[in-house]
Amino acid sequence: MTPEILAEISAARKKRMAVALITDMKTGAQQIVHPDDVRGHALSADLEKGFRFDKSAMVGDHFVAVYNPPLRLVIIGAVLIAQSVIPLAQACGFDVTVIDPRGAFATGARFPDVSLHADWPQDVLPKLGLDARTGFMALTHDPKIDDPALDLALKSHAFYIGALGSKKTQSARRERLSALGFDDVALSRVRGPIGLNIGAVGSAEIAVSIMAEMIKALRLGFE
Amino acid sequence: MMDVLQITNAWVGQGRKVALATVVETWGSAPQPVGSQLVVDADGNFMGAVSGGCVEGDVISTAVDIINTGIPRILEFGVADETAWRVGLACGGRIKIYIEAVA
Repeated sequence: MTPEILAEISAARKKRMAVALITDMKTGAQQIVHPDDVRGHALSADLEKGFRFDKSAMVGDHFVAVYNPPLRLVIIGAVLIAQSVIPLAQACGFDVTVIDPRGAFATGARFPDVSLHADWPQDVLPKLGLDARTGFMALTHDPKIDDPALDLALKSHAFYIGALGSKKTQSARRERLSALGFDDVALSRVRGPIGLNIGAVGSAEIAVSIMAEMIKALRLGFE
Repeated sequence: MMDVLQITNAWVGQGRKVALATVVETWGSAPQPVGSQLVVDADGNFMGAVSGGCVEGDVISTAVDIINTGIPRILEFGVADETAWRVGLACGGRIKIYIEAVA
């Protein structure tokens, strides 16, 4: 690997841009491929799969190394469950952003190691740009805060959208979102009640179930 | 989570001679997925991982050679391999590792 190739991949990662590096194992020759250049490439199918599932792999004599941008998690609601989810998410490699307009909740003392915004989601989310490497969770229980955020999340490429609340809360939310013009296919992207059913008790165990659901969406896609 | 590539870039920026080891194939149970990386400098300092600590010793000493020769190599470890058994890939899996100098 030349220092130039190393520097180019490194710069792409800093800018949250995906790149793949193809290495010819016979000769050591290397080529950087950007997602925009996949179509028409000799290894297009393998590159596409690699980017989507974040998987590097051998293809014949070539090794396709996928360098996707760091994962990101955007949480609406500076609440207790968010505090429990954050360390797990960070351990799994997510950069975490927390948004909550309620200044009493969104304090640096309560959320020391994240990008924290004490603003309305509709003011912050457009600037963040929710891409396919971003997971999203609405955790406030408050439609005033959660709904505008879910509206934007559903219009984004976020790979996971979870919303806290009981089955009753979910069906009321579904009706409100459907009134905004989302059809059933779109609304099926919202995972709620949030988290895999592992019988979780308390915020820490709920955090485990939410993280498990998000990782499943990331690695296996939605079934 | 550790970003080995960024560490590699930083080390190169400091003028250190380094080699990069990448897991390119795994069979059966393997602790580190394909694409996992480990960077080594000429003094044997390393960051990252290509196994659960089982084959790192061999990978590091080979990487230091490759820093000097500049010729990439592929190492394979597995239970069927006498050498690998010695360095101890106890999980029962098999891994293939590509090691290249950054130069």
